[in-house]
Amino acid sequence: MNLSLFASRWSPYVAGAMVGILAVLSVVVTTVVIDKPKYLGASTTFVRVAGYAEKVIAADYVAENTYFAKKKVKVDWQMLFVVGIFVGALISARLGKTHKFESVPPIWEQRFGSSSVVRAIGAFIGGVILLFGARLAGGCPSGHGLSGNMQLSVSGLLALVFFLVGGIVTARFLYGSGGQSWNK
Amino acid sequence: MEQVIGLITGILFGFLLQKGEVLRFEKQVGFMLLKDMTIIKFMLTAVIVGMVGIYACYSLGWIALSVKATHLGAIIIGGLLFGLGWAIAGYCPGTSVGALAEGRVHAFWAILGMLVGAGLYAEAFPFLQKTVLTWGAYGKITLPQVLGLSPWPIAVVFTLIGVASFIWFEKKGL
Repeated sequence: MNLSLFASRWSPYVAGAMVGILAVLSVVVTTVVIDKPKYLGASTTFVRVAGYAEKVIAADYVAENTYFAKKKVKVDWQMLFVVGIFVGALISARLGKTHKFESVPPIWEQRFGSSSVVRAIGAFIGGVILLFGARLAGGCPSGHGLSGNMQLSVSGLLALVFFLVGGIVTARFLYGSGGQSWNK
Repeated sequence: MEQVIGLITGILFGFLLQKGEVLRFEKQVGFMLLKDMTIIKFMLTAVIVGMVGIYACYSLGWIALSVKATHLGAIIIGGLLFGLGWAIAGYCPGTSVGALAEGRVHAFWAILGMLVGAGLYAEAFPFLQKTVLTWGAYGKITLPQVLGLSPWPIAVVFTLIGVASFIWFEKKGL
């Protein structure tokens, strides 16, 4: 098994196991250093960034919104964690030479054509719906799927089941069987 | 300090997501079409290892849990909405950022959409708080509490289910 930093890929089992260790270390280190356990999660950061963006136009409005008040529009652990995901993925992709420009993914293309505008609209609409859903459910595959299930929380298990069911049903309807472009 | 730890943790997480190939639209939608189980292999392994580690540290009194509340109505509706958007976008919040970093420029539009979705949720929150979020609210409950069991037998069952799934995936070449 090649675990070189320059390898193009690592086994998902190995990378996943390392994420499990990372998640535990994160909780232990943050408990010791900042006295708050930080479990991995990502979607609240989108709320905070949206809050900052809206502040530019209407600061009072954001201050009065109960959800922004509840989540606190601030640059916190999780926001830097999300920035870190970008940096880490960039380093890994560059070292492994797997960086690839793509504006339309193949499965999308066989169903909706090669227009990058159509794909951009789809990605945007999907993004709107999924983040609204994640916040309603109380988390995303990181917060609920990983962190919730590691703690054996009822919410994490239920959320993951409904994420997967929603995704599987929609994908079947949208992309059919994945068409001829499918290759392993 | 909080932010520095967050950044380092994020870099390691992003690195592992990229090396595990789970950032890709093809892998995420590939799973939803039940043709490629990469993201499930990755996620279940992380959960199994994390579960053992978290409960070991918790038993030793080193750490506290941070359990999210169970709101049945919100989790079912929100979870299904998430799945709907996830299939269209092909990314979840964490992976969208990493996908952009590995050159999948269309992830940018998904990220922009997510920010709009977050803003819309903040608008809808006062209404949802009075309605959907009150449906089936059970508080911060865990499986050991609900089942009246120690976490360890549950961890063993999850691990066995995980390993059996992995064997099956590998046999089927998924």
